[in-house]
Amino acid sequence: MITAERGATERVKKLRAQSESTAPEISLERALLVTEAYRQNYGKVSKPLLRALTFKHLMENKTICINDGELLVGERGPGPQETPTYPELCCHTLADLDVISERKKISFKVSEKTKKTQQEEIIPYWTGLSMREKIFENMSPAWLDCYEAGLFTEFMEQRAPGHTVADDKIYRTGMLDLVSRIKVKLTELENGDDPDSAAKQDQLQAMAICAEALIRFAERHAEMAEEKARVEQDSARKDELLEIARVCRQVPAQAPRNMWEALQYYWFVHLGVITELNTWDAFCPGRLDQHLEPFYRQDLAAGNLDCERARELLQCFWVKFNNQPAPPKVGITLKESGTYTDFANINLGGVKADGSDGVNDLTYLLLEVIDEMRLLQPSTNVQVSKKNPDLFIRKAGEVIRRGWGQPSVFNVEAVIQELLTQGKSLVDARCGGTSGCVETGAFGKESYILTGYFNLTKVLEITINDGVDPATGKLIGLGSGKEVQFDSFDQLMDAFKRQLDHFIEIKITGNQIIEELYAKNMPAPFLSLIIDDCLENARDYNAGGSRYNTNYVQGVGIGSITDSLAALKKHVFEDKKYTWQELKEILQKNFAGREEVRQYLIHKTPHYGNDDDYADSIMKQVFKLFYESVNGRPSYRGGTYRINMLPTTCHVYFGSVIGATPDGRLSGLPLSEGISPVQGVDLNGPTAVIKSAAKMDHLLTGGTLLNVKFTPQVLAGDKGLDSLVHLVRSYFRMDGHHVQFNVVDAETLKKAQQNPEAYGNLIVRVAGYSDYFNNLSEQLQNEIIQRTAHESL
Amino acid sequence: MKIKGTIFNIQRFSLHDGPGIRTTVFFKGCPLNCIWCQNPEGISREPLLIRQQQKCISCYSCFEQCPQGAVKKGISGPKVDLSLCQSCFKCSEICPTGAIEKAGRMIRTEDLVGELLKDRLVFEESGGGVTFSGGEPFLQPAFLIGALQLLKQKGIHTVIETCGYSAWKPLEQAAALTDLFLYDLKLIDEDQYLKYTGISGTEILKNLKKLVNLNVAIQVRMPIIKGINDDQKSLNQAAAYLREAGIKTIELIPYHNFGEAKYEKIGLEYKLKGMSKYSDADLQIVRTILNKAGIMTNSEGELNDHSRTGRN
Repeated sequence: MITAERGATERVKKLRAQSESTAPEISLERALLVTEAYRQNYGKVSKPLLRALTFKHLMENKTICINDGELLVGERGPGPQETPTYPELCCHTLADLDVISERKKISFKVSEKTKKTQQEEIIPYWTGLSMREKIFENMSPAWLDCYEAGLFTEFMEQRAPGHTVADDKIYRTGMLDLVSRIKVKLTELENGDDPDSAAKQDQLQAMAICAEALIRFAERHAEMAEEKARVEQDSARKDELLEIARVCRQVPAQAPRNMWEALQYYWFVHLGVITELNTWDAFCPGRLDQHLEPFYRQDLAAGNLDCERARELLQCFWVKFNNQPAPPKVGITLKESGTYTDFANINLGGVKADGSDGVNDLTYLLLEVIDEMRLLQPSTNVQVSKKNPDLFIRKAGEVIRRGWGQPSVFNVEAVIQELLTQGKSLVDARCGGTSGCVETGAFGKESYILTGYFNLTKVLEITINDGVDPATGKLIGLGSGKEVQFDSFDQLMDAFKRQLDHFIEIKITGNQIIEELYAKNMPAPFLSLIIDDCLENARDYNAGGSRYNTNYVQGVGIGSITDSLAALKKHVFEDKKYTWQELKEILQKNFAGREEVRQYLIHKTPHYGNDDDYADSIMKQVFKLFYESVNGRPSYRGGTYRINMLPTTCHVYFGSVIGATPDGRLSGLPLSEGISPVQGVDLNGPTAVIKSAAKMDHLLTGGTLLNVKFTPQVLAGDKGLDSLVHLVRSYFRMDGHHVQFNVVDAETLKKAQQNPEAYGNLIVRVAGYSDYFNNLSEQLQNEIIQRTAHESL
Repeated sequence: MKIKGTIFNIQRFSLHDGPGIRTTVFFKGCPLNCIWCQNPEGISREPLLIRQQQKCISCYSCFEQCPQGAVKKGISGPKVDLSLCQSCFKCSEICPTGAIEKAGRMIRTEDLVGELLKDRLVFEESGGGVTFSGGEPFLQPAFLIGALQLLKQKGIHTVIETCGYSAWKPLEQAAALTDLFLYDLKLIDEDQYLKYTGISGTEILKNLKKLVNLNVAIQVRMPIIKGINDDQKSLNQAAAYLREAGIKTIELIPYHNFGEAKYEKIGLEYKLKGMSKYSDADLQIVRTILNKAGIMTNSEGELNDHSRTGRN
């Protein structure tokens, strides 16, 4: 891979190069330590204490390192790019390890010793004990059928219900402060008459153990820094090591006093969260510019640092994220998807708690940092409010149009309204933002987990086949698999609604069980320290202890299902160009020998994405049915089920399980992604795309994902930048939630596909995140090439 | 009274036909026949067939559909014999791939304006609006004026791209309704005009001067074509005319050959076949000549704020 030297200082360049050039490797250290802790404590203590003692065991015994030249310390694995596994959640088989090490993309080194340890020590202990096995044992046959048919995915079979983001409290509160608060709470419980007192005390004690364990983890780094300082010959580095030691003795025990401590504190918390459970679910510092700004201002005034030192610290911080590749998945999901990104997605800009403009000097510095670093991780986004100056979005636009995939752009006013609609307080909404891909959340106060993707287009396929999945011939929906004839489009939509409700019911019934399994077996006492009001409620994050609890179901393929329905409506029910039976047979044969029909369907159907109400009203209808089917259902933890509209890369998998569709899509090809139009059918330019997309009621969702691809020349010059800003502002005036821009030309991408070596550093935005183009499957690469490049003619 | 007109395209997200983000509507029909024309499908008043052989999958739906028998079975797929075609467009309706398409459709003024208003919010955000192009908008004056009136009522910024070949009255009417003219100055010499555009340039040159006197915003644009109007003499003539008209700045539009492929699609011969894009080096020479003659120049796309007039 060609890696340009990037970074403001020699130190950063070295650290960045180390991060980029080190091959990711599977480390079983965590798995072994967790196994030891479970062997010692499982069945002897309550689950919160079991998890706390496991966390303590990890923090006290995991290998630590201080890399040459670094200012911020701490790795999840024994060293950069060394990636732990989480056998208590899902245990890799030896076959999984082979896939991980042998596949071309997103591979990890797996040593023979690792395989042997996995076989002899990890697998034997966790067989029958991992969450994944518990989940599959508890799912109904109907759920399993749907899962296998690709109607939906289930996040929690591979990872814990994480998905939350830190707020500003850690910058004001040391872990020792939290321990004191826990003690007060414990005394209250001991003296009170709470019927759940025992369970609550267990939970609080577990949280206190975790707080102290993180302090110990930091102290171990301090000790190592002091040890290194003793033998360090370079006096400047010696001073740095001693400073690192001082920082690690201050935080996380106490609140940070300056920017360096603030960054190090966050980093320890980050490591705590992603080590405790496999939350490759987007944990991140959230509004980093706002959180750091007081420290930055104060440090500048005191002369502790200048802008360039702040830049260097931030770049060191960036490298830390990139050192942690996401742990690989297991089973079929391992084969179907892959990315090194952990979905940490830092928010810039937005508004402050009082509603005023949140952009500050650090916002601009951070925009420079992300562009200088150009790393896969962390991801970044700008939160654009009508209150932000245009300069902010123009500066972000300058980075966007360079075309390496960051930052994406969010609408603050829409995000706030979404959160308010969900019942959050105004201040919590203003301090919230978006994370992962596009998910809305109240930072520091909400558990907003993604439960899985939902294949809307597959529901249509099953509706057309009266309940039968044509891929397997199995009856999994309502009906009897007989030939059905719909007399009108409305009849078809009624049948679709019934099938949709049926599958949503199965999905959510399964989720309720999964949620209970996690609440009872896999508490997260460390994460519970970070998210309000787990401490006050003396209740775990995974058991509904947060102030807000939301479960999202992510709808996939709205473009594909809309165009398919539009084709049926127009050509079968209105124009009667094809009979129902005729078209059904053509689809069953995957348009074999009927290319002219396929072409006719593609070219003579009104498509979503062209600001054409014929298609867009169908999109609205499907959206409404999906929303009504999911939204408002209560969750086991006392939260609420809601929808968002994002695919990550699941539209590729979901497409692979669906036969030919009435929009002319051939069997097995990807569906449309996010709320973007079907690839290549949006022919009226980006303003028509945003108009169509904005007809969806974004404010009813917890996030939507719109991808707009530009060739670089469209965005060139002042006029190009102006147009980018105006497009964003226009979309946001229409309550659009999010838009991201791919700025590359198709030719470049084709060249990159043919000659991957020469384009090793080409990062493209996939769907809510960016990845190296070379890391994508050929299929996904082709799709990105195909997505309409909006040429300004 | 319902006015209808013929257009052949509505293009949204136009960035180079005036300020901001615009929707450009292309009127069908042009009185000129410039040999370098890049929108030849817009020259005829009536709708016409556009054929793209590479899109054809030889399904022969068009063959079956044509009531005139104008579609023949060729060796490499169906062929349209235009001499037999009665322009019923049944073939383009049935063609599944877009290999045969119809360029041009009738639309009522109200419906056109409805389409143009779809990006109203984007116009507001970007300071953009609607641009009338073609073809030549003034070839359908009642349709144009009707649309301008409705857009003015809605407060939409409008631009008219014109070759200037029009009776004076509609130009004068439009001047009161529009925000900016993009006025093409192709040539000065009358013989050259006749030779390369097929019409006399006398009225065009007069109309520009009259418009300048109305004090409306005008941006003069000059296509620069190798061997036709880029010689010292032609440029000096142009500069002299512009000085006389009181116009100090023009926008240069160097020739490009993007339009060449269109000729084949509509069955016309392209007279500048093989001519390549006008080079930057040559453009620099043109610029120097004009500058020396007292005319400031901007290249296409450089001048973003078209509201600056030609009389600045």
